[in-house]
Amino acid sequence: MSSAAFARPSIESEWVLPSRGRVGMLSLIAAEAAIFTIFVVAYIFYIGKSLSGPMPKDVLELPIFNTVCLLSSSLTIHLAVRALRNAKVRAFGLWWFVTIALGAIFLVGTAREWQRLIFEKGLTISTNLFGTTYYSLVGLHAFHVTVGLIALAIGMIFTFLGKVKPEHSERAEIFSLYWHFVDAVWVIVFTVVYVVGR
Amino acid sequence: MATKSIALTGVDRDTRPISEKLHDWVVTVDHKKLGILYILYALLFLVIGGIEATIIRIQLVVPHNHFVSPQVFNRMFTMHGTTMIFFVFMPMLFGFGTYLIPLMIGARDMAFPRLNAFSFWMTAFGGLLLYFSFIGGNGLYGAGNAPDVGWFAYAPLTSRAFSPGHSTDFWTLGLLVSGFGSIGTAVNFIATILCMRCPGMTLGKMPLLAWLNLVMAGMVILAVSPLTAAQIMLSIDRYLGAHFFDSQAGGSAVLWMHFFWIFGHPEVYILVIPAFAFVSEIIPVFSRKPIFGYPVMVAATVCIGFVSFSVWAHHMFTVGMTSYANSFFTITTMVVGVPTGIKIFNWIGTMWGGKIQFRAPMLFCVGFLFQFLTAGLTGIMLSASPFNWQLSNSYFVVAHFHYVLVGAILFTIFGAFYYWFPKITGRMYNETLAKWHFWLFLIGFHLTFDFMHIPGILGMPRRIYTYEPGRGWEIWNLIVTIGVIFQIAGVLVFVFNLLRSLVNGESAGADPWDAWTLEWSTSSPPPEYNFAKIPVVKSRRPLWDIKHPEDPDWKYE
Repeated sequence: MSSAAFARPSIESEWVLPSRGRVGMLSLIAAEAAIFTIFVVAYIFYIGKSLSGPMPKDVLELPIFNTVCLLSSSLTIHLAVRALRNAKVRAFGLWWFVTIALGAIFLVGTAREWQRLIFEKGLTISTNLFGTTYYSLVGLHAFHVTVGLIALAIGMIFTFLGKVKPEHSERAEIFSLYWHFVDAVWVIVFTVVYVVGR
Repeated sequence: MATKSIALTGVDRDTRPISEKLHDWVVTVDHKKLGILYILYALLFLVIGGIEATIIRIQLVVPHNHFVSPQVFNRMFTMHGTTMIFFVFMPMLFGFGTYLIPLMIGARDMAFPRLNAFSFWMTAFGGLLLYFSFIGGNGLYGAGNAPDVGWFAYAPLTSRAFSPGHSTDFWTLGLLVSGFGSIGTAVNFIATILCMRCPGMTLGKMPLLAWLNLVMAGMVILAVSPLTAAQIMLSIDRYLGAHFFDSQAGGSAVLWMHFFWIFGHPEVYILVIPAFAFVSEIIPVFSRKPIFGYPVMVAATVCIGFVSFSVWAHHMFTVGMTSYANSFFTITTMVVGVPTGIKIFNWIGTMWGGKIQFRAPMLFCVGFLFQFLTAGLTGIMLSASPFNWQLSNSYFVVAHFHYVLVGAILFTIFGAFYYWFPKITGRMYNETLAKWHFWLFLIGFHLTFDFMHIPGILGMPRRIYTYEPGRGWEIWNLIVTIGVIFQIAGVLVFVFNLLRSLVNGESAGADPWDAWTLEWSTSSPPPEYNFAKIPVVKSRRPLWDIKHPEDPDWKYE
């Protein structure tokens, strides 16, 4: 604990506390991070322990395009928030839309990958331990992308209705924390599943 | 003081139809109403869990008893453990936190009132889901089937082959749903405590109850989430045929143990830290002294929070780990005793030289001090892995953790009930009945749980539904069950006292204990907005400063 926490403020000076939205979102992210940690640990623990095929090196391909799309959506949402803070609502709507598009492309990419794995390679969640851990971890992440997309879409609807004002920039920023988190998780999932696990 | 009761009689004169009043309670986002809902809900489940414990004890009172079948016995200890941890202690402590934190930090509500309501109803529906298994467990063709896999539900017992039907799914979903509620509450606690404090209340001037609940909330976030993840995996295993915990396909049963206890051990501290919080508020007031060593208490709590995340595998010594792992978890488990010992020292330091008033809340806290110390000592014994190999899964372990859960946590909860009952209801409880409750429960507790250690040392394993005569266990089991009678009598006195005082109790006034924290500065019960004017504080005991303007605390802090 810093000594500043115990310093006596003069009561007359302005009483400033952290934003509750930001603290709440960061707490939620901590909880989500703990959930993902358990899934990642399970994935790493079961690497190479499948009793039957198909194995990761036989069926997995690096999803480079997907990854580029998702990671760049972090940049676009940041630009959207900055635009809103500077009262440029049109620019905000544009960047917000690009973020949705990039997130949607990522989801479509995951869906195509799953389709290929299930129907061409015969890998399902019950095939072997690789299937179990792969679909759970990637699926949990994709679920979080989906939740983020729903929230983004709601924000988009409000933008079309003209309800979004510069004073909402803090809310947009708090949501962007979640989106950045989902992107950061993808970096770990990518490393564990497609680099280390292959 | 008498004028303060006007608000109360105003509430009594509420003439709306009962359906509208109930509707108010269902749709409420007020932290005080939600806190009361949490507490009532937990009390209901305390009775249910108590009945299950009584059934267990009746079955074990004599050898070869046939009070219940082995199958029912398995369901009883599973439901007893699950109920008490997830649907009694968690909601009870969350309830007190939800009620008290905004009042103690001078706020008008929690940071996220609607999330607060959401969290409560998630917890409530989780409990309903668990208990629905009694009628729906086998899939609605009549025969009920509650979960019977034990409260930690080790694999492969939870696999489809060994748990057919839906009983285990009800267990999983009930805990998953209430887990979301717990995480929501924890997020809310953290945001409230960090962002809603009244002017002047720096972190170093917060009441210890707020500090300890902040640490507890942080632990909930980091500990309940792994349980949530593990429950999701178990559901995927059972519904989609995955192999996380399926050793036939290369999965690992030990992985479930690790995931469960990464949650399970911090959970003990999640429950005991709010209990510490009650003690840290009650002992100073009834010793008429400020808490001894405030910064050390905070530091010790944070320290317990950290260390408790590295002790989980002491639940798994008998599974067979490497000697390095055994040594590591033995040492960390012993280390966690150090900050805990500091806290006990500080509470005694607070009482030392004080003008101690042995009212009911204080009696329960003194009982807590002794019993928690004893529980800690048997904990140190069990932390030594060779000793643990002898006694793990015996009644010695059962006695040890009931000493913590009942002797420490439940005692402080009773203390908290008596301490804050005047604030929550505006009425004073009956002191004589409260003392009867204390002594009956104390005698019952010690009869049951002191003597439960002995059959454990003599080799009686936990979770057996009956036993052979002639092993020297009979007399101890008989005494243990006799203790239950005293505990039930104590709880009946407690419930009677609450109900009677609610109707007939004397008006309590705003500040019956001459206490020092902000919740006593508003009327009893507090108005919906808590404080007409947001208070400004300058020290850890703002009401002392008001009552003693000639010698305020802030001159010395």
